[in-house]
Amino acid sequence: MNNKVIETQHKSKLFNKEWLIEQKSLIALILLITVVAFMNEYFFTVNNLLNILRQTSVIAIIAAGMTLVILTAGIDLSVGSILALCGAFAASMISLEIPIFIAVPISLLGGALLGCATGGIIAKGKVQAFIATLVTMTLLRGVTMVYTDGRPISAGYTDVADNFAWFGTGYVFGIPVPVWIMIAVFAAIWYLLNHTRFGRYVYALGGNESATLLSGINVDRVKIGVYAICGLLSALAGIIITSRLSSAQPTAGMGYELDAIAAVVVGGTSLAGGKGRIMGTLIGALIIGVLNNALNLMDVSSYFQMIVKALVILLAVLVDNKHK
Amino acid sequence: MDQPILALKGIHKSFPGVKALDNACLNVYPGKVMALLGENGAGKSTLMKVLTGIYALDQGEVRYQDRKVNFAGPRESQEAGIGIIHQELNLIPELTIAENIFLGREITNAFGGIKWSVMFDAADALLQRLNVKHKSSQLLGDLSLGEQQMVEIAKALSFKSNVIIMDEPTDALTDTETASLFKVINELRDAGYGIVYISHRLKEIFEICDDITVLRDGKFITERKVAEIDEDTLIELMVGRRLDEQYPRIDSSHGTTCLEVKNLSAADVHNVSFTLNHGEILGVSGLMGAGRTELMKVIYGALKRDSGELLLEGTPIHPRNPQQGLANGIAYISEDRKGDGLILGLSVKENMSLCALKQFSKGIQLDHHAETMVVEDFIGLFNIKTPSKDQIIGNLSGGNQQKVAIAKGLMTRPKVLILDEPTRGVDVGAKKEIYQLINQFKAEGMSIILVSSEMPEVLGMSDRIIVMHQGRISGEFNHADADQEKLMACAVGKISNEVTA
Repeated sequence: MNNKVIETQHKSKLFNKEWLIEQKSLIALILLITVVAFMNEYFFTVNNLLNILRQTSVIAIIAAGMTLVILTAGIDLSVGSILALCGAFAASMISLEIPIFIAVPISLLGGALLGCATGGIIAKGKVQAFIATLVTMTLLRGVTMVYTDGRPISAGYTDVADNFAWFGTGYVFGIPVPVWIMIAVFAAIWYLLNHTRFGRYVYALGGNESATLLSGINVDRVKIGVYAICGLLSALAGIIITSRLSSAQPTAGMGYELDAIAAVVVGGTSLAGGKGRIMGTLIGALIIGVLNNALNLMDVSSYFQMIVKALVILLAVLVDNKHK
Repeated sequence: MDQPILALKGIHKSFPGVKALDNACLNVYPGKVMALLGENGAGKSTLMKVLTGIYALDQGEVRYQDRKVNFAGPRESQEAGIGIIHQELNLIPELTIAENIFLGREITNAFGGIKWSVMFDAADALLQRLNVKHKSSQLLGDLSLGEQQMVEIAKALSFKSNVIIMDEPTDALTDTETASLFKVINELRDAGYGIVYISHRLKEIFEICDDITVLRDGKFITERKVAEIDEDTLIELMVGRRLDEQYPRIDSSHGTTCLEVKNLSAADVHNVSFTLNHGEILGVSGLMGAGRTELMKVIYGALKRDSGELLLEGTPIHPRNPQQGLANGIAYISEDRKGDGLILGLSVKENMSLCALKQFSKGIQLDHHAETMVVEDFIGLFNIKTPSKDQIIGNLSGGNQQKVAIAKGLMTRPKVLILDEPTRGVDVGAKKEIYQLINQFKAEGMSIILVSSEMPEVLGMSDRIIVMHQGRISGEFNHADADQEKLMACAVGKISNEVTA
């Protein structure tokens, strides 16, 4: 009986049915791009494709952190608020002409610490992730509003501000800096998940928390770790947005948590935890990005766009469930 | 022989790459208890799923009350009068007993409002019939596991079932609960029900069943009367070969003391002291809830210790969590594979190396090559039947899952290996392999604590045995002095044997 199983597995590793099911989000993305390319001639131009990548980068970076959190069977609703607060913090440092090699790391560290605190509430305080991050989401948005007095903070017009603008508007080898950052983030998280103990523990924790605990793994540390990384990446996204606009908006990042969660889910990661891949999230974010772009190109109203986006996410999740 | 009320003939069922059923047959007679036996993976559960219509059959025939039937799903088969009580109970603890029994078919008036008094009365009548001393308005969660099982039976009866199938019903029951379950089964048999009894516990088969059907590798092997068969023949039929000796004991050369537990107390453990030598198997016997698992988890560090001392090779240790337990050289293999033993969604490899990942790391990077080598070694050494190391462990049989769990503990190279119910839900063939592995570790000088509810297992494997009752040690025996009666007497707290061997 076992020999038969082995035979069928060895027969063809590529292009069999399982492989196709595994890659369904990638296939969906390619299909989407093909269809849109035929419908609109402007779509498949280098300019537009780079545009899509740049627009997608912010949500994708947040979604990378969100993937870690969701893999542990958690959720982080506070990403948008961390983005806004850290962005505002960075903007005021830049406006004070604090050099970027100090301002940026401090903002990132701030995001990581905020994530740490959230993770601490969840791990040590035994609060459900949804509730804990709902609290921090509201709290940090409030702090941002108080800090900015509800008004945008300009980065100013100094040399420091010009340098800072590179993060959002610069190009390296003809590709926008945010895209490079996105690629680096996904490479790092991929490495973390597949080639470190921490990554293995993330999957284990999401698969069965009590078994992970009994296997002698410091579960609290893993939990705090994923929220810290998620916070750090939210701050990174905040820096990119602030840099691009040369100012920090107090309402920046509102609703981004849902876009990020959608990207993760469309990418095939299970909200129950323990199952999913980081590259799926990148594809999920791109699917949503391409869709937004295509609807814009076709002059579909932004109100109608929401409906289409919702239906596509629903479709993705339904297809995913079917193959479980 | 009588006309069967339910007959499955020549059932074939294939899954991609696996032939799960290959000419399987089963007859159920009214007023008789039919045992359905076979190793894990023999096709028992698949056959039941084909019967209830969860799987469509490829070939074969199901005849029920002399008519050919083809159920589209569990609901249809249930309504036709075939009730199944699954190993894992499908009840909702937050609802009352009556709500559970009538879930989805509540008795309602014309406006859809529930007629509570009618429902409670009907449920009470069912409970009374089964001698359950609870009102049906009580919450299910307040009942013991055995009583919950009775509620499942009541639910099956409420469908006016003619056939009741029980899948490993006694797995989680205490001896008293098992006894009252048997009483009910006897009553149901006398009332003319056809009963299918699926169990690994051969003793129970001889106690409660009339006939036996054996499946092996999805094939029908034989149908016999219980009276015409003995235990050895039965095992032979199940595994298809002779198991010369069920417990292959090896003599130990008694070494020096490895672990010493002194006056240990914790939540459900009171003033426990014992020693464990190098190269020794210490059996821990007792009834469910006697505090055995709690004691082991305290030693491992997973539960809090209130007072007492732990000495490992003469040095006091204070494990406050499993990390520290493992670091001290204590490995604990959980009794509850699904609950806190394994991560069913991960692969064989990922489960096996989980505790020992530090060994397979260079700095922060995992050394996949070293990990794969060791995992493959263990798969070979333990004869784990898996298509590959990357197979999701939830797809393996219970015996193979258990072998992975043991390998996982061994990878940490422990000084003390604690095995909590290592053969629960494991078929006879794999059981013997696990016993041989345990003996091999013992021969290599490892100190092993074997916690088991199966007394023959404890008696057959251990060098010394301690018995627990209500969180205390109520007896300690050398294996030569112990027998089942003595252990049972200590387990129920009838006598206390404090003679140290």
